[in-house]
Amino acid sequence: MSGSIYKRPIFFIIVVTVVILIGTTVMMVYPLFSSEMHPKMANLKPYTALQLAGRDVYIENGCYYCHSQMIRPLKAEVMRYGEYSKAGEFTYDQPFLWGSKRKGPDLARIGGKYNDKWHYEHLNNPRKLFQGSNMPAYGWLAKYPIDPQEMEASMKALGFPYTKDEIAALAGKTKLDALVAYLQNLGTVIPKAAKVSVAGKSELVNDAATIADGKKLFETNCVGCHGADGKGGPAGPNLTDKVWLNVAKPVSDETLFTIISEGTKEGKVIDGRTAKGGMPEWDELLGKKKIWSLVSYIRSIEAK
Amino acid sequence: MGEAVAYEWKPVKGFALSGLFWGLVSVLIGVFISIQLWKPELNFPPFLTYGRLRTVHVNGLIFGFTVGEIFALGYYMVQKLTRRTLLFPKLAMVQLYVFNAAIAAAAVSLLAGMNRGKEFAELEWPLNIGVVILWVMFAVIIVGTIIKRKEEQMYISLWYLLSTVVAVAILYIVNHLSIPVSLTKSYSLFAGSNDANIEWWYGHNAVAFVFTTPILGMFYYFLPKSTGLPIFSHRLSIVAFWSLIFAYLWTGAHHLIYSPLPDWIQTVAIAFTLFMIAPSWASVFNGYNTVGADWSKMKSNYLTKFFILGITFYGLQTLQGPLQGLRVVNQIVHFTDWVPGHVHMGTMGWLTLTISASLYYVIPNVYKTEIFSIKLANVHFWLVLIGQMIFSVSMWILGIQQGVMWKAISPEDGSLTYSFMESVLVSYPYWQVRSFGGLLFFIGMCVFAYNIVMTIKNANNPAVAEGRG
Repeated sequence: MSGSIYKRPIFFIIVVTVVILIGTTVMMVYPLFSSEMHPKMANLKPYTALQLAGRDVYIENGCYYCHSQMIRPLKAEVMRYGEYSKAGEFTYDQPFLWGSKRKGPDLARIGGKYNDKWHYEHLNNPRKLFQGSNMPAYGWLAKYPIDPQEMEASMKALGFPYTKDEIAALAGKTKLDALVAYLQNLGTVIPKAAKVSVAGKSELVNDAATIADGKKLFETNCVGCHGADGKGGPAGPNLTDKVWLNVAKPVSDETLFTIISEGTKEGKVIDGRTAKGGMPEWDELLGKKKIWSLVSYIRSIEAK
Repeated sequence: MGEAVAYEWKPVKGFALSGLFWGLVSVLIGVFISIQLWKPELNFPPFLTYGRLRTVHVNGLIFGFTVGEIFALGYYMVQKLTRRTLLFPKLAMVQLYVFNAAIAAAAVSLLAGMNRGKEFAELEWPLNIGVVILWVMFAVIIVGTIIKRKEEQMYISLWYLLSTVVAVAILYIVNHLSIPVSLTKSYSLFAGSNDANIEWWYGHNAVAFVFTTPILGMFYYFLPKSTGLPIFSHRLSIVAFWSLIFAYLWTGAHHLIYSPLPDWIQTVAIAFTLFMIAPSWASVFNGYNTVGADWSKMKSNYLTKFFILGITFYGLQTLQGPLQGLRVVNQIVHFTDWVPGHVHMGTMGWLTLTISASLYYVIPNVYKTEIFSIKLANVHFWLVLIGQMIFSVSMWILGIQQGVMWKAISPEDGSLTYSFMESVLVSYPYWQVRSFGGLLFFIGMCVFAYNIVMTIKNANNPAVAEGRG
């Protein structure tokens, strides 16, 4: 009997099919119908036509081969990228874009981390902001307009709500605009927790060694936006002119620390000034000591 | 074996050469994109950017090279093992032309940015229908020939072929279900976690039923054929076959460890992944013991080393894979360059060595001649072996380095030790070394192609053929 199945090809095929379908049923078919696979966060919204167009651009250029959109619940990962990813954030993601490789950083919470200007500058020339970046430039996307009719068909296919005005507004938008709009929305369904200010007083001695440490950190992390001499660059203001957050009034060391540590999220009030966005938060990446060294360095290059 | 069977070799020849052509093109693209990684100026938008060429590289090697050679060697083995001529040979020739047209169209569409956004399932829906039609043709010819066989007992290789025919059909169709928007654009039918789960159920079993079962079928047929040594244990191969095809379907979610997928799915997948060592190593054991009957074959028969190194890499791959499935290892190596190191040991090692050796056996056989140069075959062997080792080892070292840098937390104040850019900056030398390894591999494949072409040329030249005879 044991040999007979190898003499009956049709029966053999049926048995093979059944064997294959057991694991398939438990691991793939059953979850399809289980509620734990269909959560949706209450405030999650479908993509707008412009965001969806940006998502299409992201897919057609294979961004997902180098950038993940899935933050794992690991300490360093949450510190680097933000709150870990929840199933309920991806209800409208057809296809999912969690990715399998990070040649570049995760983008699950890139939305709102930088301002639009930063994204345009960065996509135009990544190496202008990050020396040594190997990301291809994508400024050429600005030459390709979004097709409103195609996007209307896409919104319909996915069953996302849209208005005629929204579709009409796509005319004149480029693929680059759409991509930035998409990126700026990523991960924003989970609002960032308010930071507990940790400024305090610097425990560092404000000497040449500290300033040298700060200079090194500045060169690695800050020159991309603020320029090599800190006098302003592609996406960041001059740090030497005593104008802080668009107000020509000096700030204390503690305030400078807070700006670096907590970033300048739009609407955030720091030392009586309202931030306009652009500066990401550096607390998790750099930590207190490094930020204080940076404060020392920035003080040393400020106009006297 | 008195009566001569009129075998149908035209489709075998056609698919063997087509697969080889697409393989060479796709490996060359692989070398190029590996250089783009450390020389971003070599991105030429929109068509020749990394994000588009990578898709052509991967799809070209899966669908053009591997599937092409599965068709070629499948049609060879099925005729020999059933001792009858191929059923519907004309259909097989139609399939050959449709196949080449589809691969060419696929390459063009991917360069044009028509991408469904799912790895190894990027092609848009009209091409998906083409692939399904091609697969149905393959199924009809293989199953039909087996039903009309002259040899009652089906040999192991036919089991692997039949399981491939069934599983690929199921996997491919489900993961390609789409909502079409236009002829060139569609969205996945599934969303979020479900889409992820289905994608990796498909993705990992593409590894199972394209990169493993048909290649094992070749291994079990061509190793005994080229060495003259019988398979060590038939019983072991039965146990290995059934446990392999049973367990593989459970393992896909090990690609999604620490993802928002429910924990139980991840954990069950990890458990089955560990179990997979058993059936995989049963084949390794069978291979070693087959040649173990006479190890001098390693020296006296030039193909033996291809098969033995191939199955060795299969064995290492199937140990490394489960290791990566462990949560504690996964959190370091996942998302890093370790992963391409792992994948390319399987593809450049196990897969290419086994397919190459099978072709070295088949081509002289179907062209009724001898191999053009054993010396060149040996050069080919060492070039691809060294090229692959350089590739994999450099990526393993880099992967661990990236994983550790991403995780490092300064004990001083609990901040992250490295920025992401710092992990990019340390990668450059490894990426350059990898390109060198890939280049060696490509040269090796060129030597292989030259050897095959010259063999065919000599077969078609009666003077040379007689001189040998």
